[in-house]
Amino acid sequence: MKAVITVTGKDAVGIIARVADKCSEKSVNIIDISQSVIRDYFAMIMLVDIDRLVGSFGDFVDDMTKLGEEAGLVISTMHEDIFNSMHRI
Amino acid sequence: MLNTQDIIETINMIREENLDIRTVTMGISLIDCAGDDIDAVCGRIYDKITSRAARLVPVANDIEKQYGIPIVNRRISVTPVSLIGGRFSPEDYIKIAKTLDRAAADLGVNFIGGYGALVQKGSTRGEDALIESIPYALASTERVCSSVNVASTKAGINMDAIRKMGDVIKKTSELTKDNVSFGCAKIVVFANVPEDNPFMAGAFHGVTEPETVINVGVSGPGTVASAIARAGDCSLSELAEIVKRTAFKITRVGQLVAAEASSRLGVPAGIVDLSLAPTPAVGDSVAYILENMGLETCGCPGTTACLALLNDAVKKGGVMASSSVGGLSGAFIPVSEDAGMIAAARSGALTLQKLEAMTAVCSVGLDMIAIPGDPSADTICGIIADEMAIGVQTCKTTAVRVIPAVGYDVGDGINFGGLFGSAPVMPVSKLSPAKFIARGGRIPAPIHSLKN
Repeated sequence: MKAVITVTGKDAVGIIARVADKCSEKSVNIIDISQSVIRDYFAMIMLVDIDRLVGSFGDFVDDMTKLGEEAGLVISTMHEDIFNSMHRI
Repeated sequence: MLNTQDIIETINMIREENLDIRTVTMGISLIDCAGDDIDAVCGRIYDKITSRAARLVPVANDIEKQYGIPIVNRRISVTPVSLIGGRFSPEDYIKIAKTLDRAAADLGVNFIGGYGALVQKGSTRGEDALIESIPYALASTERVCSSVNVASTKAGINMDAIRKMGDVIKKTSELTKDNVSFGCAKIVVFANVPEDNPFMAGAFHGVTEPETVINVGVSGPGTVASAIARAGDCSLSELAEIVKRTAFKITRVGQLVAAEASSRLGVPAGIVDLSLAPTPAVGDSVAYILENMGLETCGCPGTTACLALLNDAVKKGGVMASSSVGGLSGAFIPVSEDAGMIAAARSGALTLQKLEAMTAVCSVGLDMIAIPGDPSADTICGIIADEMAIGVQTCKTTAVRVIPAVGYDVGDGINFGGLFGSAPVMPVSKLSPAKFIARGGRIPAPIHSLKN
């Protein structure tokens, strides 16, 4: 199973590192990263594998949201099925 | 592989355009709770609801988190209560209402529907007793919703039942006058009521439904309005395509949530209701969709045509997205719950007459409309009869949820709070249908009901 993590907010040093660090702590494997900075605005979409996730997915969502709040970013973590069902027939 | 564009579109729909799942509603049959002893019946009802729906709220919370999509309401619908209490008095029924209220409160569910009756052709003694009890039941509970079906294309219009419902609405308005006659926001009078509707206040668990079922109601007027705004100056055929595509995406989310809730709760998935249900939040309005189509204000000439296009395109887009579509499925036009409708009604652009015409082409009826407290029960019965006639003749669901607000006059604003929003009190004709209503009896079913 996969999930999509999106991170948006003001650019700063170490955003990817912090998100990746949390993923590694929870045994979440990063599969793909698409990231850009337009002026000062940071935007990243990360596809991750959650098969070996430590703890529940709900807790992981909360952890990522909290991480975002601490860093002044908006981080949302969603199961890939919502995108697949909306955009694939 | 997921496409970045698709991911951004979904997230934008949720964050910026108020896309949400409006309700996950568990239908529970209470047929096996019937009996003679009211206290035993209440005990069985409480036990059944609280055991069957014990995990409804936590599971919905979990799904909300998993997919990152807000689920606004968790609700319960039950068998029309008149069917399980044939021998009871109005006082007994009120005890059942209080039991339903307590069960909903203990489960953390904000509304429970099904305190009602299906009397389109005639009523039994038990149904009469329940209808008589409605004002008192709604005045003494917080979460109970009531719906009564008084007409159908097959049976015609039960004018005796309409007369009773006129009195019920007046009485409820009086009993709840300290709370802006809010009790009336929890009563719906229907024609051709669907038995699997997940939306309140009209939800109930039909007699042909299984023991328990999960029905999901989607929302998303903001998403459709934005898609139309982005389309710019395209033709109406192209506009209909855009609405269809958007409705498809919205409904797929509903289908996903319904399937997930059903599997986690071990309860069969019933239907996905494709309705565009507005909220008072700016940007979540059906009226704005119509205005984005090119109307100066919702209510101006052309409104009914725009709504017809919208309603039809929503169904066409949604039907392919779900394995089972049902309920009301269309566009809702509840005045107080829609920022654009509120503004249009305030400015005088949207009148009761125009709303009545709009109900002929959309999914519900005269919904959440505040009127002054002084019109007689006969006037309210006349409004109901007109609306029922539209439903019966067009073979569709129509409904009336009007709030005669005691102590308020035309132009006053009423705030119902939360998702119920606020409404300007709209003028009602002062001319009387009293003699017509007093005749009673039944308006026969239309000729096109004879299809066999």
